[in-house]
Amino acid sequence: MARARHPTQDPLWAKLIVITLVMVFLGLVLVLPLAAVFAEALRKGVDVALAAISTPDALASVQLTLITAAITVPFNAVFGLCAAWAIAKHEFPGKALLITLIDLPFSVSPVVAGLIYVLVFGMQGWFGERLVDHDIKIIFAVPGIVLATIFVTFPFIARELIPLMQEQGTSEEEAAVSMGASGLYTFWRVTAPNVRWGLLYGVLLCNARAMGEFGAVSVVSGHIRGLTNTMPLHVEILYNEYDFVAAFAVAALLCLLAVVTLVLKAALEIAQPAVRGRGH
Amino acid sequence: MDDAHAMTAETYAASPTPVVRRALFRRRSAIPGFGVTLGVTLTILSLIVLIPLSAVAIKAAELSPQQFLAAAFSERALAAYRLSFGAAFVAAVINGVFGLLTAWTLVRYEFPGKAVINALVDLPFALPTAVAGIALATLYAPNGWIGAHLTPLGIKAAYNPIGVTIALIFIGLPFVVRTLEPVLRDLAADVEEAAASLGASRLATILRVVLPALAPAWLTGFALAFARGIGEYGSVIFIAGNMPYKSEIAPLLIIIQLEQYEYAAAASIALVMLGFSFLMLLVINAVQAWARRFH
Repeated sequence: MARARHPTQDPLWAKLIVITLVMVFLGLVLVLPLAAVFAEALRKGVDVALAAISTPDALASVQLTLITAAITVPFNAVFGLCAAWAIAKHEFPGKALLITLIDLPFSVSPVVAGLIYVLVFGMQGWFGERLVDHDIKIIFAVPGIVLATIFVTFPFIARELIPLMQEQGTSEEEAAVSMGASGLYTFWRVTAPNVRWGLLYGVLLCNARAMGEFGAVSVVSGHIRGLTNTMPLHVEILYNEYDFVAAFAVAALLCLLAVVTLVLKAALEIAQPAVRGRGH
Repeated sequence: MDDAHAMTAETYAASPTPVVRRALFRRRSAIPGFGVTLGVTLTILSLIVLIPLSAVAIKAAELSPQQFLAAAFSERALAAYRLSFGAAFVAAVINGVFGLLTAWTLVRYEFPGKAVINALVDLPFALPTAVAGIALATLYAPNGWIGAHLTPLGIKAAYNPIGVTIALIFIGLPFVVRTLEPVLRDLAADVEEAAASLGASRLATILRVVLPALAPAWLTGFALAFARGIGEYGSVIFIAGNMPYKSEIAPLLIIIQLEQYEYAAAASIALVMLGFSFLMLLVINAVQAWARRFH
């Protein structure tokens, strides 16, 4: 091996300093918080932590979080597929504006995302009185939580699919259609197989955010225990009551969700490099 | 996609007869479902995003201009904007430095455990903000793992603006790393080789060739992290302290106004924040358009 360093490579000492700096920084910023959650959750032993996540209120919050994600993710997937089909497979004026508008929820504060639904559906809101007359509850109830979650996760799947479908072009679909295939048939047999990994990638990110959303949901939930508490809201209540072990036990469950998401995401990026580098 | 455009343009130029143009137009819309999918897209977008967002402006418009100014720019609101904007800016600067080093390490260096580091960078995207919030508050509290070492030095890192900044560093990091990474990867090695062969030192090559090429992506990442930090709520409130005029962030002030049934005042503050969001979107789009001109 020649000792001479290639001119576009950094000297070894610089490399070591940069890697060390990065490791220390990421350790402080990312690893320690993750470790702290599990350490605090297990402070009084596994049994106490398990007991904390199996109280009726905790189980109700797990259930509500799962329900919310189970509605949000398919809804945003259907929207993402529709938007990507219209944007990537057709030409029309105002396309760039439409893409910007779809991305808009990413730049809105989660608290504002919750506030807008209070202004529309709350007691003092546009439809407040009519909803009360018909005995329909949206704010401080599950529909409001689902709506706010849909808003904050709105762009996740669409922005994954749009560039992917744009890159793939329209020739395969045109060939199928010219041979007599219907639009739906073309979608299922030609487009869907091409975009399924991108779709899965978007679903993964959308699901993580849907289960973990706090600010927007906090505004519309009303924090009714056992009824309108999602897991992150349950963590907040326990923490504010100084029940730290229980708060961190439920938080540890959410950490596991995050870790599983990251592992699946990394696996997907290695197996399907085409989906990499999109999103956010 | 660009090839297809170029081809279409060439065909147009080569055969200007209306017959061909009509044929081309028909070819372009050969794929069915445009009307339905665009209709569904616009309907859902309007119902979920655009119409509810307009409620903020309509609610704030119920106030007279004086009332609006009093609500949106009260002393307490101004202090909250200063904190949210200031902490988000400092956090974005710190992330600008360490995010660049992290992206550089991930793209240019090989070392054991790189795949784990790479996956870990996305943790702030995947971890619920409330979980990050209580974890950071526990770490940096005076008796926490990190806080306990800072207290003897006379540094208080939780329940004050420093705590807010720490939470926003956590939240913003992946925006900078993930925006820089693809650009750094695509940066052609031959430019660096040319600089080196012309006698530039490694440091000069990085400072004068690599960093200027990264500037648009760096600015975009910085702006994304900054914009996210201003609106962030979940990871911040546990470590912030939430003292009016001192450690109260703007999103929290919206919630406080809501809890006091001051809907129009809450909408006024939200409108200021939305205005800023739009501004940041424009800035980010402009930076990206500027970046495209370079390529």
